[in-house]
Amino acid sequence: MNETLLQVRDLEVEYATPKGPAHAVGGVSFDLAKGEFLAIVGESGCGKSTLLFAIAQLLTYPGSISGGSVLFDGADFTSLSPEALRLRRWRDISVVMQSAMNALNPVLTIGAQLADACKAHTDWNDERIAQRSAEVLAMVAIDAAHLKSFPFQLSGGMRQRAMIAMALLLEPQLIIMDEPTSALDVVAQRSLMRQVATLRHGLGFAVIFVTHDMSVVSHYSDRLAVMYAGEIVELGPTREVFDHPEHPYSQGLMEAFPSLYGEPRELTGIAGNPPSLVEPPVGCLFAPRCAHANDECRSVRPELIAYGDHQVRCHWVARNKAS
Amino acid sequence: MTGPILQVQDLSRLFRVGGFRSRGQLHAIDNVTFDVAPGEIVALVGESGSGKSTIARLLAGLYPATSGAFTFEGKKVGRREARSIRGDMPMVFQDPFGSINPVLRAGHGLLRTLKLHRPDIARVNRFAEAVALVEKVGLTPGDEVMRRYPHELSGGQRQRLGFAQALASRPSLILADEPVSMLDVSIRIGLLNVMRELRDTEGVSILYITHDLASARYVADRMIVLYAGRIAEEGRTDEVIGSPQHPYTRLLMSAAPDPHLTPSNDENDDLGEPPKVINPGPGCRFAPRCPLAMDICLLDTPPFVRLSPTHHAACYAVQQ
Repeated sequence: MNETLLQVRDLEVEYATPKGPAHAVGGVSFDLAKGEFLAIVGESGCGKSTLLFAIAQLLTYPGSISGGSVLFDGADFTSLSPEALRLRRWRDISVVMQSAMNALNPVLTIGAQLADACKAHTDWNDERIAQRSAEVLAMVAIDAAHLKSFPFQLSGGMRQRAMIAMALLLEPQLIIMDEPTSALDVVAQRSLMRQVATLRHGLGFAVIFVTHDMSVVSHYSDRLAVMYAGEIVELGPTREVFDHPEHPYSQGLMEAFPSLYGEPRELTGIAGNPPSLVEPPVGCLFAPRCAHANDECRSVRPELIAYGDHQVRCHWVARNKAS
Repeated sequence: MTGPILQVQDLSRLFRVGGFRSRGQLHAIDNVTFDVAPGEIVALVGESGSGKSTIARLLAGLYPATSGAFTFEGKKVGRREARSIRGDMPMVFQDPFGSINPVLRAGHGLLRTLKLHRPDIARVNRFAEAVALVEKVGLTPGDEVMRRYPHELSGGQRQRLGFAQALASRPSLILADEPVSMLDVSIRIGLLNVMRELRDTEGVSILYITHDLASARYVADRMIVLYAGRIAEEGRTDEVIGSPQHPYTRLLMSAAPDPHLTPSNDENDDLGEPPKVINPGPGCRFAPRCPLAMDICLLDTPPFVRLSPTHHAACYAVQQ
């Protein structure tokens, strides 16, 4: 699984605000291999959903891509015409939105909504559409009888699974998931994650999975990217990032979860708040909240530096590695 | 130490659901009994639809109980008294963006609470008292925070302000309905620490309503696990987390994601979903999902089994 499917290079997204452009995503670069599961974690406002929208070319005003490229199978998504993009959507890349309650149309049956997607992107006849719809529902363990159900007749977990079924219709190579589990309770959440893992092994699609709760993806993703204030601050194999987080922000995040096991202990969280994206600090964006910050951190923006297959954007880590 | 400050006895609340002629009754909570002692944090844990917020709203007098009652500081609270105890039992809401008036300065709610509920504080001293409250919940400098507008505060700061506001009337109990669930993980812990601090320094009790078992373990002295409107298990935090007895508590614990554990891969352990309790039949409501279900579970409501003086579970299977 070394073949590269998606290359994101120096992607920048701005939102127009009355006070000037807000740099929601600043210079994000990463590669995604075929069949890889990449998790992106970060807090609200860190630009993780904006990044997904930029990759899928779904940004609308006031958001716009101000630089960089998104290469998918060799084609640069940022320069494709809307029609060319339309042909690629759903066949190559599909998106599962955050809230299934709002993403599904409440007055249409599940079957009608699946058929809608097929009609927009294929020339299949009704019989084939019905057959494929039943197939994808079966993949997510929903009975074909629910093709005739309306969204309100399904539970939250089933709705979210129906969304995933819809994303699978045309066997895309990449499925982008924007916090699909955040509206679910823990039991339904676990069952959804297992389902995604099973489907991925069976069908071989790649996943970019965005969440604010990193413990959700800890056992399912291949690699983990931690975002802060629009930048990737750490990217590496999931287990390694969990077991040995390098960036002070990732370390703080790991320390912010109370656990159900082990000795109860005091936790501190991370003091302070994320910086303004309209007038970001000159140096490292995390420096104002960082215990290790020195003058270099406050004046020079650090680069994402690779240490083996683990990338970290931090002067402090670089200083430690050098000495 | 005197008796409990809050005693809830057989509280039930039914909602009529469906159309005008529908006889459907949703049993939001059924015969819930528990109490809260002075200076303790009790966590009410349950998934969405388990009735945890209904309990908070009944206690706050936002709607009346269908049956059952509760006493607060030894006095029975009915419809008439609900309003008069609001100052003694204020509520902190889930949504920090919807619960503070956006066109008034952050200090307004605080000063107003002081004016209404603290006649002992002279008008000239109110501002100073409010600043002290704001600083108690970790917002500094207090006078500057008071002058800001809510949009200038982050979610975590607003939620702290919510606690300061609740604290203003010198309550003996704060109802906190999912106070941290809309906050980012790095900020949540700070607020949970504020809750613990208020308990330790102010001696205030908190009824902490949450769906997150791990955060409940972090702050609470005791916890009550709700399932489909009934109490499944209750006990001291170390008892419930250390040796969960009810199969539902165990399911919740095993499903909670934890990066430092290998997850079980038993496909059979996440069957089913919480029921909508409309016109329920007899029996345990967890039985359809329960790996230990026996014939009797479908016939009769399981009674509370005493596992220790403080630890109880409503399950037939734990009796053996």
